[in-house]
Amino acid sequence: MTKRLVALWLCALPLMASAGDFDLGKLLGQLAQTRAARATFIEKQYLGLLDKPLESSGELAYRAPDHLEKRTLQPKAEALVLDAGTLTVERDSRRHVLKLQDYPEVAVFIDSIRATMAGDRRALEAAYRTELDGHYERWSLQLTPIAPKMLAKVSRVRIIGARAELRQIEIVQADGDRSVMTIDKAAP
Amino acid sequence: MMRRRGLIVGVWLLALLFGLALLSRARFSADMSAFLPTAPSAEQQVLVDQLKDGTVSRLMLVGIEGGSPEARAELSRQLAARLRQHHAFASVANGETGGFERERKLLFDNRYLLSPAVTPQRFSVVGLHAAIADSIAGLALPSGAWTKALLPADPTGETLQLLEMLSGRDSAALNDGVWASRDGKRSLLMLYTRAAGSDTDAQQAALAALHSDFAAVRQSLEGRYPALADARLQVTGPGVFGVEARERIRSEALRFSVLGSLIIIALLWSVYRSWRVLLLGLVPVASGVIAGVAAVSLGFGVVHGITVGFGITLIGEAVDYSIYLFIQSGGAGSAGEWQRRFWPTIRLGVFTSVCGFAALLFSGFPGLAQLGLYSIAGLIAAALVTRWVLPLLLPADFAVRDLSRLAERLARGLRALRRLRWSVPVLALAALAVLFGLRQPLWNHDLAALSPVPLEQQRLDASLRAELSAPDVRYLAVVNGVDREAVLREAERLMPKLDALVARGLLAGYESPSRYLPSQATQVARRASLPDAATLRGRLDAALSGLPIQPAKLAPFVAAVEAARQAPLLNPASFQGSSLALLLDGLLITQGDRSLALLPLRAPPAGIDAAALHQALAGAPLQLVDLKTESNRLYGSYLDEALTLVACGMLAIVLLLALVLRSPARFGRVLLPLASAVLVVAAGHQVLGGTLNLLHLVGLLLVVAIGSNYALFFVGNERSAKVLLSLLIANLATLAGFGLLAFSSVPVLSALGSTAGPGALLALLFAAMLDRHE
Repeated sequence: MTKRLVALWLCALPLMASAGDFDLGKLLGQLAQTRAARATFIEKQYLGLLDKPLESSGELAYRAPDHLEKRTLQPKAEALVLDAGTLTVERDSRRHVLKLQDYPEVAVFIDSIRATMAGDRRALEAAYRTELDGHYERWSLQLTPIAPKMLAKVSRVRIIGARAELRQIEIVQADGDRSVMTIDKAAP
Repeated sequence: MMRRRGLIVGVWLLALLFGLALLSRARFSADMSAFLPTAPSAEQQVLVDQLKDGTVSRLMLVGIEGGSPEARAELSRQLAARLRQHHAFASVANGETGGFERERKLLFDNRYLLSPAVTPQRFSVVGLHAAIADSIAGLALPSGAWTKALLPADPTGETLQLLEMLSGRDSAALNDGVWASRDGKRSLLMLYTRAAGSDTDAQQAALAALHSDFAAVRQSLEGRYPALADARLQVTGPGVFGVEARERIRSEALRFSVLGSLIIIALLWSVYRSWRVLLLGLVPVASGVIAGVAAVSLGFGVVHGITVGFGITLIGEAVDYSIYLFIQSGGAGSAGEWQRRFWPTIRLGVFTSVCGFAALLFSGFPGLAQLGLYSIAGLIAAALVTRWVLPLLLPADFAVRDLSRLAERLARGLRALRRLRWSVPVLALAALAVLFGLRQPLWNHDLAALSPVPLEQQRLDASLRAELSAPDVRYLAVVNGVDREAVLREAERLMPKLDALVARGLLAGYESPSRYLPSQATQVARRASLPDAATLRGRLDAALSGLPIQPAKLAPFVAAVEAARQAPLLNPASFQGSSLALLLDGLLITQGDRSLALLPLRAPPAGIDAAALHQALAGAPLQLVDLKTESNRLYGSYLDEALTLVACGMLAIVLLLALVLRSPARFGRVLLPLASAVLVVAAGHQVLGGTLNLLHLVGLLLVVAIGSNYALFFVGNERSAKVLLSLLIANLATLAGFGLLAFSSVPVLSALGSTAGPGALLALLFAAMLDRHE
């Protein structure tokens, strides 16, 4: 299943642009080619409250342009689903609808990934200061929230990717807590 | 002679003055509850009171349509902020979290009294370890983003327990942070007024505040969002319905009275062509109206708007007497002769009418009883004034213009109609066939048929309720007890049973007052589960071994538990000022020496299987109430009552006629056309408009009560063209009064109008057609 998706991704890739004229527009243009994707993730959270990092894992699913799911399976099952601007948390077959602006920490996470994957430059630049480093084979996009309310919770998001694939997402919160999510598309 | 005349006119004037004095002090109301059934049993009464005054009655559902979703959301936020400043609203919810901060804080602060998970075991070393490990694991989940802040003061996760318990209460869809319909075309708000739903004045004030705030906010936002120019406010709810019904009754009572009076005046003018005759003819009518309102004011203390609206029918009927006098006598000189020849017939007609309206006096609907008294007093007064006073008021040169040509033409027409006499029994038999051949029940058993709420509004209400998952209380589990504590304990014992039903899918959920206000016993037990600070610290040290958190980080927890040990227990006053107070108010009722806990049951999508529910809860000390069945049962009992009353009324009329007429032939001449008219009208309603409700039934009684006035003229030997003309004019005046009401949007009025109006006309027509007198 995942293999087929990866193949799909690769097919979707147009001819490589040369490293010289690599910029945000080009990157987002490539990312926008992806119509749907699935992957697994492992996330490590470094919380000031706890002595040890917390680990969790699960699956990610994306469907262009505005559907994104983060399904945590370990240590417990809980899913975060963004669909057309509505964010829901699903647990024990119960659904809770969240208001994005009430949960900046969740909103920034889910919204930045969605906008990046959709190649939605307008949404991305409306909410974040963007900083792109590297080249198409290995890039790093740093997003800093513009809205003070968001910035009060989340200091920055850094997305590391290779070509049109996201590889790692690091979120640094205003209180110093930090999470690193590693995305693995090749996993079975 | 002169002295006698002075005496009569003097008595009449005095009576009028007295009536006017009563009138000026009369209280008028348009509260629709006069037409709501009053419940027979004490328990049902509590429920009806709940519907009238309880939380359910205070709900206002608001929809905003038009403009863009973004603009509507902003409008919703600003409108809610303004409404929260109003004293009229106890709670304003639009999906924003800000609105429930107070409630969240209340729940959070009292989590150790409220959480069902609080037991001595939970605060043992093992219990603490398990609960805290669970909470830490939860931090890794997406929801950990917001549970993180709670953990130091609530590491056992009691707040989550409470939120879990409360979830599903407000589950409307969100759009731009505020509630919106699923199609996204409507923003939604849910308001609770401070005043009861039956307090129509307060509801009207709240509604006015809502509309003016909406207009102000929309105007202030129009600069930023021009699309808002066509934004509309939709409001429904029990209180709103009351306000609208009252407005409608007020405006219709006035409009129909004016319009009906104009029609009757135009009719009389076209006949009399003299203002003097016309005004004199209205003297008995005015006397009757004054007498009617005065009698109601004396008898009931308050005069209902519908009674006044019904006044138009009285005008139409009371004017008959002067029409008879003027047309049949022709002038002042022959008034005495008229009295001799016609008064006995008219008097008998008055009696039959009184018999009919008297049946209404005993109705369980206070409103109908008023109509009965009003009509009786009015008719008697109008007849007496026509008989005794009006002839004395006529000037010596009083004369009605020569109507003989008109009368002759009419008489010829009627004679021609007689050739069609066979059609009366045919019509009556056809009507009988229609009524007996019905597939659906003859009488509509749904109370909604009487509802003064227009269908369109009912639909809007249903759609707003569905979108907002607003409480639409239909099924209730009712727990009875001697006091609050007793019913709360009983409700607590019931909750595991109900939880099991939710798990089985028989219920989608339920509400219970004991969730927000556990019984004192339970609260005491929960508080006693909390260890003191030193013990808790000791247990925490042991419990945290193997967990990645230092005891020092949980100092807020130790402090919170210690505070909870000292804090007072919760009572209803603890919730004052929050929307939870309102909720509790509706779920927990104490009246005198009896308390009730109401547990509204939420139906699963397929609906509630009442039989399965009864079976599952058999033996539990509760009462399952289905408000719809209950109200239909009430309606059923009212229909039975109405049937009895109508039967008694008809019987009284028949007995009266039999007693006075003393001949089967003469009796038949009156009764046949009346019975035919009743059958044809009833069948006509079936064919044209579906089922009959109990107000139609009352209307059929009025067909007999009023129609007999005309049919009685065909008993004696007076058949001059003038008599026939007077009957037709009088009948048309009555038709104008009742017939107009058929177009009323108030069900009570339209049902009575659409039966009694055509019925009276048919009664006259049939009587004339069946007449064999040459």
